[in-house]
Amino acid sequence: MSTVAVIDYGMGNLHSIGKALQHADPTTRVLVTSEPGQLQSADRVVFPGVGSIRDCMAALHELKLIPLLAELSTTKPFLGICLGMQALLEESEENDGITCLGFLPGRVVKFADDLKHDASGQTLKIPHMGWNRVHQTGIHPLWEGIPQDSRFYFVHSYYASPTHAENIAATTDFPTPFVSAVSRGKLFAVQFHPEKSQAAGLKLLANFLQWSPT
Amino acid sequence: MLAKRIIPCLDVDNGRVVKGVKFVEIRDAGDPVEIARRYDLEGADELTFLDITASSDNRKTMVHVVEQVAGEVFIPLTVGGGIRTLEDIRRMLNAGADKVSINTAAVFNSEFVREAAEKFGSQCIVVAIDAKRVRPSPPAPLPQVGEGSNKPPSSPMEGDIKPLSPEGGWVEERGKSAWEIFTHGGRKPTGLDAVEWARKMVEYGAGEILLTSMDRDGTRVGFDLELTRAISEAVSVPVIASGGVGNLQHLADGIIEGKADAVLAASIFHFAEYTIRQAKEHMASRGIEVRL
Repeated sequence: MSTVAVIDYGMGNLHSIGKALQHADPTTRVLVTSEPGQLQSADRVVFPGVGSIRDCMAALHELKLIPLLAELSTTKPFLGICLGMQALLEESEENDGITCLGFLPGRVVKFADDLKHDASGQTLKIPHMGWNRVHQTGIHPLWEGIPQDSRFYFVHSYYASPTHAENIAATTDFPTPFVSAVSRGKLFAVQFHPEKSQAAGLKLLANFLQWSPT
Repeated sequence: MLAKRIIPCLDVDNGRVVKGVKFVEIRDAGDPVEIARRYDLEGADELTFLDITASSDNRKTMVHVVEQVAGEVFIPLTVGGGIRTLEDIRRMLNAGADKVSINTAAVFNSEFVREAAEKFGSQCIVVAIDAKRVRPSPPAPLPQVGEGSNKPPSSPMEGDIKPLSPEGGWVEERGKSAWEIFTHGGRKPTGLDAVEWARKMVEYGAGEILLTSMDRDGTRVGFDLELTRAISEAVSVPVIASGGVGNLQHLADGIIEGKADAVLAASIFHFAEYTIRQAKEHMASRGIEVRL
């Protein structure tokens, strides 16, 4: 039986992600934990997060998880979700500028306040909240069986802007394209919430639980 | 692009979904888990559970309902009714809710909204606003725009609705319109202006506004579109329109005329009058982007 560890560092509701992983593959053992031994012995790791980046980074520092995360993100299949994606970049504009993990070159920036719909001229609301299309920019095992441009559920006001195009796994229009998924080696991260994205989200989680990159 | 959302609302009393029809009888519409499952299959974008009695017994039942639904329905869940403390929020989030809706507690202690948003993040704090028109004073001309907002002939309010003359009123009246926040099911006025209140709640950290017209709730004559638009245009966060939906065009009107980001309805879905799929197909036919 394979084990997936959901990193519990006090940032948000991990029950949803735990339940969705269990539903996506009932044979996988799901652990919600911050215990280094359990994280190291798990086959796969999920790095979730909601809330502010300042609190996120403070919690990771306090729990002394950063060196371990650096190791896990290159040695095991590692899935970042929402703030867990943003934290992977070098720095974020949120909270007047916060240094992040720096596992991926690039920054996290805020949607402009005056975004307009192309057609109607209506001001777009921030946070970007709801179901939007995810355009896969290439083939990846985590997109297996998920139709191109499927809708996933988003809630966020900031987004990742990776330096290198080869790290981009998907884009989403709001109203112009932003990066909604990144990948590098064993690392994959999404801005949307697969655990709240019904069939497409469960499929992505199931793919992650099958993924065995070498 | 981002899709406009359809959110079925489940009023829960003692572990059962109930819905008052024409203000009086409370009809039992069934088991919440079963109904949630059905809505999910039909393509609901989110679900909202409203604890309509909010007694402590009912609260425990609600936690149990949310736990069960969250174990098998993987779309966002909002829980409202009787959310008064940070502990209430934590309990609901731990049960599997993604957002909580705060209503009366926000009116009596607006700092609670700020604390909740700081503690749990704005993304999970919905502030529910129950607004009643005070100008023009009710019963009043209720300006409606959009071709689909015809009142059904049997509408209980029809006698009260005086259509504005084509050249008269609308623009002029619109400038003067005002709505007030009410609590206790619309019985207690607060003296708070709805538009100002919405702005304040967003400033305090509300991530979304659930706006209900007390004048329209239960009437099935359509949203108060002028109210919806006034609030939508006043705040930077998404607005969910609620109160008065009687047919599918009302949902489309809420988006197109009311400028809402999401529409919430209960009774038209509960008794299988319309499926969510039909609602989305209708909205798509009116040029609204939806998740089909």
